[in-house]
Amino acid sequence: MIKLLFNFLIFPGFLFTAVAGLIASWIDRKVTARVQWRVGPPWYQPLVDLMKLSIKEITVPRSASKGLFFLSPMIGLSAVTLVSTLIWLANIGSSSKGFSGDIIVIMYLLTLPAIAIILGASASGNPLASLGASREIKLVMAYELPFIICLIVPVIKSHGLLKLSEIINYQVVNGSFIASFSGIIAFIVMIFCMQAKLGLVPFDASEAETEIMGGVLIEYSGILLAIFKLTKTMLMVALPLFLITLFWQGFNFLSIWKYVVLLVIIVLIRNTNPRVRIDQAVRFFWGKMTLLSVLAVLLAIKGM
Amino acid sequence: MSLRLKALTKSIWVYHMSTGSCNNCDIEILDMLTPRFDVERFGITLVGSIRHADAILVTGSLNLKTIPRIKAIYEQAPKPCVVIAMGVCACGQGMFKNGPNCPDPVDSVLPVDIYVPGCPPKPEAMIAGVVKLIEKLRGKK
Repeated sequence: MIKLLFNFLIFPGFLFTAVAGLIASWIDRKVTARVQWRVGPPWYQPLVDLMKLSIKEITVPRSASKGLFFLSPMIGLSAVTLVSTLIWLANIGSSSKGFSGDIIVIMYLLTLPAIAIILGASASGNPLASLGASREIKLVMAYELPFIICLIVPVIKSHGLLKLSEIINYQVVNGSFIASFSGIIAFIVMIFCMQAKLGLVPFDASEAETEIMGGVLIEYSGILLAIFKLTKTMLMVALPLFLITLFWQGFNFLSIWKYVVLLVIIVLIRNTNPRVRIDQAVRFFWGKMTLLSVLAVLLAIKGM
Repeated sequence: MSLRLKALTKSIWVYHMSTGSCNNCDIEILDMLTPRFDVERFGITLVGSIRHADAILVTGSLNLKTIPRIKAIYEQAPKPCVVIAMGVCACGQGMFKNGPNCPDPVDSVLPVDIYVPGCPPKPEAMIAGVVKLIEKLRGKK
């Protein structure tokens, strides 16, 4: 019991992932600054932002539904903490960690941060927030389809294993899935889905600050906003780790370069693309990406 | 210096409020965010929503239409929140001093913390103003 709490709150769970996520988000901002030929913020900037937000006043709009307004940041944070604990334990713990079918649980839990943002935006009673929420709903529906189809690929290739640690062991014995045709196609599709799940450019139409002024987060202030930001930064660790676990032989502290490669890909996609409209995003995911992911599944069934 | 004050002065998120300016100050504010001056070094970013803001950047002379609006904006801001008056019009009404549409200067409506004069102020002047603001915040406690 104590060990479970320790796992959840401190070592692979909340605290560790939060620190790793803060470093990752600093790398994101610094690389963005260097791409734009700027100097960029110092290393402690994401932490200072969160500390500053936590001392600010919490304002609640009069038209808000108060319970849901306060509850929805916690839903997102607890979901992402649980996901990162499961993924870290499957990677660095002994192979008996986890349970059969934890891929499916993680798939559901990874949707929860987006749903928490939608709930919070709808509860805040702001017209621009509801506009952002409707965009976020469309985006979730768009990227979940290719994401789930791609999730089938490692299951097919490992002959029906549904446990993360067993999938890692299978890859260690038989070579990583990314070296096959179906694996690399599914991995590329997953990278785009990851970009949309993180809500980064080009798929940040739901919180476009130049057009709908923060969108879904417009009414959030103080520590509630800090929790939403923390959720995003922790997802920035959990999602690339999930991809590495599924396709790239898993993760340990020696293979940190795999994570850095994925992070750099995220940052470069973010810096070289303009924001797409929501209809363009839906067409992108339901068109090209779904076709590619179906192709990946067919190739995986063929054994390629 | 306490940790909370350090966090506040190291990460100032700015909300830009134009109260009927001629857009010259607004263009210079956008200049301040370009790579040449790069205020993200000091943790300053422009935010879209007043709920996220730590500082309200007021440009332009207040007129009859914008006085109730800027009062509403200031009440919506989560405290602690500072007000920066940018440009001659916001500091002391400038050439609109005797205008019939501009009854009140900014500092009679809002508690202004720092004045940055100039028509328009240069980005260097704005950065100097922010430095003075941080010194003032540190001196308070």
